Amino acid sequence: MSTSYLRVVWLYPDLLSTYGDRGNLLAIAHRARKRGIEVEPISVRSDQRVPDQADIYLIGGGEDGPQSVAGDRLIQDGTLARAADRGSPVLAVCAGYQLMGESYYASGERHPGLGVLDLKSDRGQTRAVGEVAGDSDPNLGIGRVTGFENHGGRTHLGEAVQPLARVSNGIGNEGGTEGAWAGHVIGTYMHGPALARNPQLADLLIRWAVGAAQLNPLDDTWPERLRSERFHALMEA
Amino acid sequence: MSGKLTPRAKFATVLLRGAAALSRATGRGDGSVIGGRVGLVVEPELLNLLAEGRGVALVSGTNGKTTTTRFTTAAMEAAGKVATNSFGANMPTGHTTALAKTPDAQLAALEVDEHYLGQLLGATQPKVVGLLNLSRDQLDRAMEVTSLAAKWREIVEKDIHDSIVVANADDPLIVWAAQPATHIVWVSGGQNWTADSSICPVCGKHLDRFGEFWRCTHCGFTRPNPVWTVADEGSAVIAPDGSRVELDLQLPGRINRANAAMALAMAAQFGVSPHQAAPNLSTVQSVAGRYATVERDGRRLRLLLAKNPAGWLENFDMIRPDLPVILALNAREVDGFDTSWIYDVDFNSLRGRSVLVTGDRRTDLAVRLEMDDVDFTVVDDVSAAIGHASAGDVEVIANYTAFQDIRKEFNRVN
Repeated sequence: MSTSYLRVVWLYPDLLSTYGDRGNLLAIAHRARKRGIEVEPISVRSDQRVPDQADIYLIGGGEDGPQSVAGDRLIQDGTLARAADRGSPVLAVCAGYQLMGESYYASGERHPGLGVLDLKSDRGQTRAVGEVAGDSDPNLGIGRVTGFENHGGRTHLGEAVQPLARVSNGIGNEGGTEGAWAGHVIGTYMHGPALARNPQLADLLIRWAVGAAQLNPLDDTWPERLRSERFHALMEA
Repeated sequence: MSGKLTPRAKFATVLLRGAAALSRATGRGDGSVIGGRVGLVVEPELLNLLAEGRGVALVSGTNGKTTTTRFTTAAMEAAGKVATNSFGANMPTGHTTALAKTPDAQLAALEVDEHYLGQLLGATQPKVVGLLNLSRDQLDRAMEVTSLAAKWREIVEKDIHDSIVVANADDPLIVWAAQPATHIVWVSGGQNWTADSSICPVCGKHLDRFGEFWRCTHCGFTRPNPVWTVADEGSAVIAPDGSRVELDLQLPGRINRANAAMALAMAAQFGVSPHQAAPNLSTVQSVAGRYATVERDGRRLRLLLAKNPAGWLENFDMIRPDLPVILALNAREVDGFDTSWIYDVDFNSLRGRSVLVTGDRRTDLAVRLEMDDVDFTVVDDVSAAIGHASAGDVEVIANYTAFQDIRKEFNRVN
């Protein structure tokens, strides 16, 4: 392993932290520490500069107002887009995911995004609320994904990104696919503790950050039980 | 009241009581909802008609509504009989039933669901409106919290004219929502949960905090000076005239001292002095099962209800650190189907104690606790949890339907 220390930046919890978004920070810290990797969690408020020397960047979900404030700040700051271009792992959720695209709709207006991912978001006719699940891109090697979505947006993917998963339950981007990825940037509508419900996805981000092909397996009895319960609940529904 | 009702309203009231009694007799519940529904079908104006001429106090907010309404009722009883929806049926059907059941009460203290505040203001023309707090709650079906605060602000601007608003000065969202009112009484009891108000609701910049005090350095939006405060050591409330009102509450925790201060402030608007009202608060021992103690197999369980992150934090503040604790989590419709919010709860304070985990979504809790390095045992239900707990006192924290399941297990303890 090339590093035993991770700086994990959680962006703008003051604006974008609606649905237990801290869970993703906790999941990474927990899984890294169990493997002897020290983690420095850094919460960056929206009136602070985004650090450019971080190993993983996390950004969460939020309402329209805070979303566009966060988007303007991130564009002005510029650090996150540069870090993503350099190959730093980024997990962007919900409103944060939309911000990674070319543009998004908030409070009835189209806003420019960071342009880190080749996608555009607009408004759906209905709100997508409920369990979402699907088979993830085999290239990522993380298997099926499970989460909870609650968003009014619909996201259309361009040529330069791959969907994170094909949707079997729920809406995701527009009913067919869920999330997107390119390079080391992952966007998803699975909110809150997406990494707690998908430890393989958490490990993927850690692997990218430390430059390791493999990580020591952990005792995932409880996360795996939770995953099978959630998949099972979908089959019964 | 009923003497002044129209024949149609009287008829509606009779049907309402019949439906409620039938529902109770068949064991479906306390009948508040179905009774009110029947009454309102027959006379859509029934709530307005029943409220007319009474001195009404409304209580709303995310956490503490039921308890504060109970405290307020107890305090107001010093001035006369009080109609109240004491079992938490906090939508217009429940309010209609509460008023119909107590036609001779000149006063009413009503708990109001956050989303029905506007409707209740219009229907009851309250003398006093108590606004407790606003925080994230049931996000998969309820409105996000700042939108709700904005809706309240609009309602206050449009619909509150002569009412006196008794509001929590420590919660920036409440202050923002209450501000347009003409008559405001500010109350301070402290606030543990601040994650939903780190941003100024007026200008969107950061709020600076120094203990209970908060201020936006950008636009100057500032915590108003409270005229009712909980004294530092928590055993007393300081009234607007500066006098100390000793509290001897049977209910635990900081949040209940804040609820008591709100209740005393609300009752004072009906002419009840806090010194007269405070002893009444001591008679409240449990509220619809909350804080009740039940016994089985040598264990004495205290039941605590916590429905959202702010509520769980408040409960961690009130449980005794040396006791085993049972945590129960469900995610049924009234709880919200999404359990993500448990990641907003900091469980670190449970490290090193005996923790038993149950409820429909106990596996979600197990995964969550593992991340905070809290040791736990997962059990099927509360009976199994009791078997695992050591003899003596046990604390139980449950969210809404998990709590109702446990109450049912103990014959709907009140």
